[in-house]
Amino acid sequence: MKQTATLSADLRSFISGFLILRNLCNLRTKVFASLSISLLCLIPLFAHAGEAKDLAADPVLEKRMIALAENLRCLVCQNESLASSHAELAEDLRREVREQLSKGKSDKEIIEYLVARYGDFVLYNPPMKSYTILLWFGPFALLLAAAGLLLFQLRKRRQSIPEVALSAEAQERATLLLNNDKENLA
Amino acid sequence: MMRFILPFIVFVALSGFLYVGLHLDPHEVPSPLIGKAAPPFNLPQLHDPAKNFSPEQMKGKVWLLNVWASWCVSCKEEHPILVQLAGKHIVPIYGLDYKDKSADAQATLNGGGDPYTLTVSDADGRIGIDYGVYGVPETYVIDKQGIIQYKQIGPITHQNLSEKILPLVAELEKRS
Repeated sequence: MKQTATLSADLRSFISGFLILRNLCNLRTKVFASLSISLLCLIPLFAHAGEAKDLAADPVLEKRMIALAENLRCLVCQNESLASSHAELAEDLRREVREQLSKGKSDKEIIEYLVARYGDFVLYNPPMKSYTILLWFGPFALLLAAAGLLLFQLRKRRQSIPEVALSAEAQERATLLLNNDKENLA
Repeated sequence: MMRFILPFIVFVALSGFLYVGLHLDPHEVPSPLIGKAAPPFNLPQLHDPAKNFSPEQMKGKVWLLNVWASWCVSCKEEHPILVQLAGKHIVPIYGLDYKDKSADAQATLNGGGDPYTLTVSDADGRIGIDYGVYGVPETYVIDKQGIIQYKQIGPITHQNLSEKILPLVAELEKRS
């Protein structure tokens, strides 16, 4: 009886050892597979790098273009800047900006060029105009109004709480308590 | 009483703003070109690239410039409406084939009918930029002096045609 028990225990440890080994092998194949997959994923990255190099023929110009385009809005995907958008129009506009920069146009001239075609909407920084007054000063006006309201309410509250006149008896009790406190502290 | 009325007024005002906001299309960016001269161009014609077309040639006429492309899905939506409009001979429609391959554009026009008096090819989209095009289709109503009077962003529908474009064309025709 005892022998069979140890035998089965041996068998069990053997089986579990086998399982661990198999898992290890599995792990190895998994690691290998994931490594090769990630390497495969890198291939298009290298292919792309070749293309990008061609676009950024002049790194100084490219930097200026990106700096300019970061403050301009792409009209197709409206919450993306012209610099980060992948829309075809954004690519065309970046090309346009690049060409105008290489022609020696100033940033201001290029911004004027784009605003003339697409309106102030292309600017992330809206200009101060008669119809943008609310946009620029609205929050401050709201803040002032809220502060005024708060002051008014506080004053009204102070007035609405009547000052309670103490009776002689209560006054006496209060002085006694206060004096007691002073003595205790001393 | 004020305690209830004031929040109620604020609530109603806020609801009003939100309700109006529901019907605003943030994709419709007002064009700064309205009231300004249509930007000049001189582009090859789609069907005959040896010949060019320029808006200069349209002085004295009210016309529509429709920006479209064979790859544009909503252009297919408005195409039959344009064909119908062209059949009525109310206003000439000129096409600006935006960033398209000539063969694809011609195939589209051969298949679905050609509403355009003529179409020009803006293969690299530069004239599109001059006109502030940011999504096809877009349609410009240009008056006799060559001034852009209206820009329809998105497809022409029976509704915006009868409510906006055609009344405007009729009014512009009356002006000298």
